[in-house]
Amino acid sequence: MTGEPAPWKDEGALRALVPRVLAGLVRRGEDFDTAEDALQEALLEALRVWPEHPPRDPRTWLATVATRRLVDARRSEAARHRREETVYAEPRPAAAEEGDDTLFLLFCCCHPELAPASQVALTLRAVGGLTTREIAAAFYVPEATMAQRISRAKRLLRGRRLDRPGDLAVVLRVLYLVYSAGHAGRVDLAGEAIRLARQLTLATDEPEARGLLALMILNHARLPARFDDRGRIVTLDRQDRALWDTREIAEGVRVLQSALALERPGRYQVEAAIAALHDDAACAEETDWPQILAWYDDLVALTADPVRQNPAAVLGRAVAVGHVHGAAAGLGETERLREVLGERHRWHAVRGHLHELGGDLPGAATAYAQAARRATDVAERDHLVRQAARARAASPHLD
Amino acid sequence: MPKFLLLKHYRGGPEPHRPVPAMDEWAPEDVEAHMAFQHHVNELLQKNGEYVDAQALTPARTWVRYGGPDNAPVTTDGPLPETSDLVAGWFMIDVESHERALELAAYVSSEPGPGGTPMYEWIDVREVMTLTPSATDPA
Repeated sequence: MTGEPAPWKDEGALRALVPRVLAGLVRRGEDFDTAEDALQEALLEALRVWPEHPPRDPRTWLATVATRRLVDARRSEAARHRREETVYAEPRPAAAEEGDDTLFLLFCCCHPELAPASQVALTLRAVGGLTTREIAAAFYVPEATMAQRISRAKRLLRGRRLDRPGDLAVVLRVLYLVYSAGHAGRVDLAGEAIRLARQLTLATDEPEARGLLALMILNHARLPARFDDRGRIVTLDRQDRALWDTREIAEGVRVLQSALALERPGRYQVEAAIAALHDDAACAEETDWPQILAWYDDLVALTADPVRQNPAAVLGRAVAVGHVHGAAAGLGETERLREVLGERHRWHAVRGHLHELGGDLPGAATAYAQAARRATDVAERDHLVRQAARARAASPHLD
Repeated sequence: MPKFLLLKHYRGGPEPHRPVPAMDEWAPEDVEAHMAFQHHVNELLQKNGEYVDAQALTPARTWVRYGGPDNAPVTTDGPLPETSDLVAGWFMIDVESHERALELAAYVSSEPGPGGTPMYEWIDVREVMTLTPSATDPA
């Protein structure tokens, strides 16, 4: 026996078994849809039975119970079909390919034909082991709506070949979407995305997978400082850096270095490098803006038409330009994005920041107010309204 | 996944594309068809996994405000009770994009009116602000 907590007492350990058992079922030829349902039932039964009768081997227990459910489902199906006796062949033992079970399932759940919201929901359930109710709560939709979204996604996967390697770029995008959704209710989606990305890096040597993991950890390290005790947003330049998680920063840097060493750069590695430079500054004034700008130059160079293909990178670069070459230069850079981002709050917020940097407080107040009007989340809107009011109150009176 | 309210109005909004009388003046089968369509939209949204909520409001309205210390609340039925903007109800949806919200709103607007032909009702599409801030610091 090891000193680790038993799986039924440790939700994380139980959920870590989900992708392994499911991948085993799918690999030996079970339908993804029905296998996933059967495993959900087995999980519920595990939570009921295990406290009294702990299994010797939790993983085998889950696989056996899920298989029994599949047999039952098939029997009743067969009975419905004019009571024809169908012979159920005992499944072949699954090939032992534990290492890339997670990767295999992520490719299933992030199938390019699924809509992003379906990819996210399916990933959280089939790989993350979250219940439909938890996922619904995290996205503030009724449980029935989320259940429907998941079953539609699974129906679409029916009949698709799931044995070929999928598109890793889609998987990475889905995990980043989960991360960006943040912390909602009982479910820590940011933490969940990091957990899944960590599993992914065990299954593939692809440097971008490590780059994404590093990016998320390096951002997550700052989370404790991002909001004050009243839930108000604290911007990077004003955060109490003593609250940053130094252990996470160290891990993020380590993961990033191992990715960069492979010398196949990509957007996540570059963004992680930028995050690492922010994390590395002891105070805002010590931020190495020239180096950040150099990384942004690399980031925009990754796409042929950055203004359209990665406008967020061009906008981030404009901030760096403002800090290195002056506010006017930064504002000039934002002009290229007016057509693409002119109706988005972030564009106006960045311009507010640059106006303020250049000492133009009335200009900053106007830009922040424009940004507040376009914000789509409450904390951000409140923050931008405060910024606008602060800049206006500090403006010289024009009388 | 952004959420949107598709607001339906008793009154207000742009000039109606097709002016129609109040529903109590429609032929009974047209009323039935109209209501069946609302029901169908509910089911469609649920089937798509896009449904969050749907509600209808009574047209009766009372404006109320704080009356000041030691005073009762002050109420009125408004400055222009017959013509002011009046919300009738909504669908709340959770969808991939603003474009999808507009597509669904246009579908809602195709609801059958008198004679069973589309009403071309203006639908007021409003994005709901999310309560969860992103876990990423802006640049």
